[in-house]
Amino acid sequence: MHLQVSQVSKSFGEGRDRKLVLETISFELFSGQFMALVGSSGSGKSTVMRLIAGLERPSEGTIHLDGVPVRRPGSDRGMVFQKYSLYPWLTAAQNVAFGLSLQGRGKAEIRERTAYFLDVVGLADAARLLPRELSGGMQQRVAIARALATEPKVLLLDEPFGALDLQIRESMQEFLHDLWKRTGLTALLITHDIEEALLLAGTVHIMAPRPGRIVHTVDVQLDRSDLRHLRVSQPFLELREELASRLRSLDGSLL
Amino acid sequence: MARSPALRRFLSHPWVLGVLGILTVFLVWWLVTASGMVDKLFLPGPGAVWLAGTDQFQRGILVADAVASIKRVFIGFAISAGLALPIGIAMGTNRTICHFLEPLMALIRYMPAPAFIPLLIIYFGLEELPKVMLIFIGTFFFNTLMIMDAVKFVPSELVETALTLGGRGLPILTRVVAPYIAPQVLDTYRINMASAWNLVIVAELVAANEGLGKRISLAQRFLRTDEIFVGLIVIGLIGLMIDLGFRFLMRRACSWAN
Ligand SMILES: Nc1ncnc2c1ncn2[C@@H]1O[C@H](COP(=O)(O)OP(=O)(O)OP(=O)(O)O)[C@@H](O)[C@H]1O
Ligand SMILES: [Mg+2]
Repeated sequence: MHLQVSQVSKSFGEGRDRKLVLETISFELFSGQFMALVGSSGSGKSTVMRLIAGLERPSEGTIHLDGVPVRRPGSDRGMVFQKYSLYPWLTAAQNVAFGLSLQGRGKAEIRERTAYFLDVVGLADAARLLPRELSGGMQQRVAIARALATEPKVLLLDEPFGALDLQIRESMQEFLHDLWKRTGLTALLITHDIEEALLLAGTVHIMAPRPGRIVHTVDVQLDRSDLRHLRVSQPFLELREELASRLRSLDGSLL
Repeated sequence: MARSPALRRFLSHPWVLGVLGILTVFLVWWLVTASGMVDKLFLPGPGAVWLAGTDQFQRGILVADAVASIKRVFIGFAISAGLALPIGIAMGTNRTICHFLEPLMALIRYMPAPAFIPLLIIYFGLEELPKVMLIFIGTFFFNTLMIMDAVKFVPSELVETALTLGGRGLPILTRVVAPYIAPQVLDTYRINMASAWNLVIVAELVAANEGLGKRISLAQRFLRTDEIFVGLIVIGLIGLMIDLGFRFLMRRACSWAN
């Protein structure tokens, strides 16, 4: 798997209302990598993700997945939104099965894979519950299982834990890290939480707004064997502080 | 005043107070008529209305009238609902179609449907067609515009999720948009059914051989206020039953939305 974003710019609007939202964004993502985009609100993080998902088209530049240009949304790029996007009339299991059944897979295969991916996210017991009967964290785990069930080449996560409260967010971060280790998935995570990015991602891109662009890239080399320990370890805290001050100076220079 | 919890619980049941409200009106009605304050010709008592009703029922008029009115409503409304669904969805999903049709529909919507009756009689005579057409005209535009709105408010995440799961086109319409708007569509139908039911009576008041509205206008000619009351109460009861039917359907089919 090789995702290549090269020299991508994006503008919205026409004529005088035209607004440059992204300016020459470039990065690459390879199989098994976990990458994060961090930036303040309005720096165009979601727009990057929507371009990769094929929900928007770049104004300039190209996006290739395994050498094939991205033209439209497809199940090779799974997506998880910040806002709960489960289908409220379907049970957890039916939500996970949704993509498979859209693709017209066989009944037995759907049943088997649904059970497998519900189990992967630790929700085998919740199969028959409706979304409104699930907590926020459980809902996002179902959404992740649903995205994984169609076996995408890359998983796009747009602030998946942004709406959760702090404690649940921490356990979800551990869950996601564990999932990544177990399944070897390739992930692109959007967040405005530096700690979250450093905990989970091997590569962190910092984005600045107006226009949205990547201003700094960090390769994170930390011992991730115990996230709870890592959170309070010295090197982690130092790195976090360094990036936080970078972000602050970006915001400050705009005031 | 010490009120027992049992009584309070009893009173807090939604049906109890509702029935109590209706009974109060009946009681006042009965008191007013029994006291002889009002001429029976203008306001017959509950007993007289009941007798007139059972008499109509025994002669088979009541059922025939009700069936005639209900049939008109159902045919007219079925055509309206059936056409409003695809057109409303098309307007909600396609901007060109929406821009083309919305001003037109918004305009016609504000033309009072009963004002079409003279035209309909000139075009289609006095048979069933003009009455069915009236119900269609009176509900189609509301149905369509309300369904269009429901479609416009489908959260984009739900549609985009389906797109990223490999869905497109018609399956997204039938498997995402349709289930999401189903509760609102049923509610739209329930609300506009009330005006369909109003319109059939109006149409029958103007011209009909049978029907609950026709019976009322006949009763007026012979000053049979008791029969007018029978008509009013039966119309109200049938309307209420249709309303409850829609609510039941909604609770059954869209339990997730409650
Ligand atoms: N469809 C659109 N039309 C016009 N402007 C848009 C559109 N989508 C995004 N924008 C603009 O692009 C800029 C970046 O938006 P984007 O949602 O990508 O930012 P973000 O980094 O994800 O922010 P947040 O952290 O708040 O989610 C914003 O100023 C937004 O107003
Ligand atoms: Mg965003």
